[in-house]
Amino acid sequence: METLMALVVGALFASGVYLMMRRSIVKLAIGLVLLSQSANLLFFTAAGLTRGSPPLVPEGETAPPVPFADPLPQALILTAIVIGFGVLAFTLVLVKRVYQTVGTDDLDEMRSTDT
Amino acid sequence: MSHDVLVALPIVIPLATAVITLFSYDSRAHQRIISTIGSGALLVAAIALLWTVNQDGILVSEMGDWPAPFGIAFVADLLSSLMVLMTGLTALTVSIYALGSMDPRRESFGFYPVFQILLMGITGSFLTGDVFNLFVWFEIMLIASFVLIALGGERPQLEGSIKYVALNLVSSMILLSAIGLLYGMAGTLNMGDLGLKLQDVDQPWLVTTVGTLFLVSFGIKAAVFPMFFWLPASYHTPPIAVTAIIAALLSKVGVYALIRAFTLIFTQETGYTHQIILVIAGLTMVTGVLGAVAQTEVRRLLSFHIISQIGYMLVGLALLSPLALAGSLFYVIHNMVTKTNLFLISGVANRLQGTYELKKLGSLYRYHPYVSVLFFVSALALAGMPPFSGFMAKLTLVRGSLEIEHYVIVAVALLTSMLTLFSMAKIWTEGYWTPSPAEVDGELPPGVEKFPGWTRQMVALFIPIIVLASLSVGMGILAQPVISLLVDTAEQLLDPGLYIEAVIGDEP
Repeated sequence: METLMALVVGALFASGVYLMMRRSIVKLAIGLVLLSQSANLLFFTAAGLTRGSPPLVPEGETAPPVPFADPLPQALILTAIVIGFGVLAFTLVLVKRVYQTVGTDDLDEMRSTDT
Repeated sequence: MSHDVLVALPIVIPLATAVITLFSYDSRAHQRIISTIGSGALLVAAIALLWTVNQDGILVSEMGDWPAPFGIAFVADLLSSLMVLMTGLTALTVSIYALGSMDPRRESFGFYPVFQILLMGITGSFLTGDVFNLFVWFEIMLIASFVLIALGGERPQLEGSIKYVALNLVSSMILLSAIGLLYGMAGTLNMGDLGLKLQDVDQPWLVTTVGTLFLVSFGIKAAVFPMFFWLPASYHTPPIAVTAIIAALLSKVGVYALIRAFTLIFTQETGYTHQIILVIAGLTMVTGVLGAVAQTEVRRLLSFHIISQIGYMLVGLALLSPLALAGSLFYVIHNMVTKTNLFLISGVANRLQGTYELKKLGSLYRYHPYVSVLFFVSALALAGMPPFSGFMAKLTLVRGSLEIEHYVIVAVALLTSMLTLFSMAKIWTEGYWTPSPAEVDGELPPGVEKFPGWTRQMVALFIPIIVLASLSVGMGILAQPVISLLVDTAEQLLDPGLYIEAVIGDEP
């Protein structure tokens, strides 16, 4: 399972980076989405995958029976997803405004502030 | 209990100010007053925090009374509280400056609330004791800075913010991945606990690999070589008050995160990682200043100087000696004061002559001598001439490096400061001494040469500049207390046991 997830994470990272290197700002935004998803998935995998054993404490016990799935990474990833969602919303609006103001979606045409 | 309040106040005050300014969204006048009061309160709270930390040692506040490492702890050691103090200082000065320089449209579209949210993100990053929480504060700070850079929607602003947003988000994703790997390795994200658990890990090279990811991520945020290209492409586009606050604080948050991570968490293979940091520091200094020498627009020129100065701030971290680290921290403080001031003064010059281009500026010394004196002080301070703050910072850093016999980095630092002096002299001669190209028969056209007079707006522009310039002089002349405080800070940083004991306590 970990191997499969590692491959998925790698593929997502690669496609995200590839899209960000394209000239279109829309592809840049999609690339950012893929990157953030792959980071979340990497977090999820690296923290350890445990199937079918929720961290529930049986009656009369004080700790869940080992091995149990660690709930903390899931909480953290949830936070990261929400943050990513907010940032994505901002990015999309920015992309639209840039397209309206500059009149093109080609990043190569946006060099006036470069040095 | 009161300690908990002290640690939380620098985060709560900007949040409360932002909320109150949002309530008075319709009234620009109210927002201006509230925002200035809020920034002032932040400065007062920061002074109280630093005072207490200096007296009583590291303060720890556990949110919701969950004991560390289970809950999220906020930790104020000397470094954190010093950075919060500098945030308060720059926040107040730039808030006052904004009163005189921000245009009504940007003000009525929420400049003040976003400004305060930015401050909250920055103080939060400085005070948190949890790596994931640091990521969250980074995002708060970033989204606020995105809005500040893009607010106004002019074409250069939008082009700059696309690059700024994209590269900073990549950096955040690298940080998130690194945090995930770190959690998989150590099972904790509390910085003190990480410092403890990673000491005796089986495969130190694995930790170093993750450490390198942190180095890349924080390096992008701090704008170090070779990852700084977003900075000169975006920092000069927004109004000067925004440029001043992000230039003073944002890249310093990256530097702070690097110092924190590589003195507390990744201390396993210091020979390897800190060698990399030393090389990066040298290259950052040189490339930054070479970029600045080539520029003829004041704001772009100053943006490149930010990069070059980041290099100085990393030298102490790379050398890990108390005196060198103290010198680097002095550089951080000195740079926050001086660089903010140079941006603010260039804003005044722009207001007087309507341009940032060196070729179009001129005759400022002839018609506005007091502006020139203020610029002169800050420019010499940036270049590290005695008796200003930059000189003492450089002296401490150079002495610290010589003591442990790193001669190459000393040579690079001194060469860089000569080039800095050269590019400051370029602004001085082109902007202040050469006759302005607008002059006809040795006289400026009527209306341009006159000082607008001491209107309330001009007073608001000049108060922060005078305060910052005198601070720059004061830190140079009365350097002893500053340096002894910074040496204490450096020693506290180089003994991570103090931090760990304060957060985790004595029990195993």
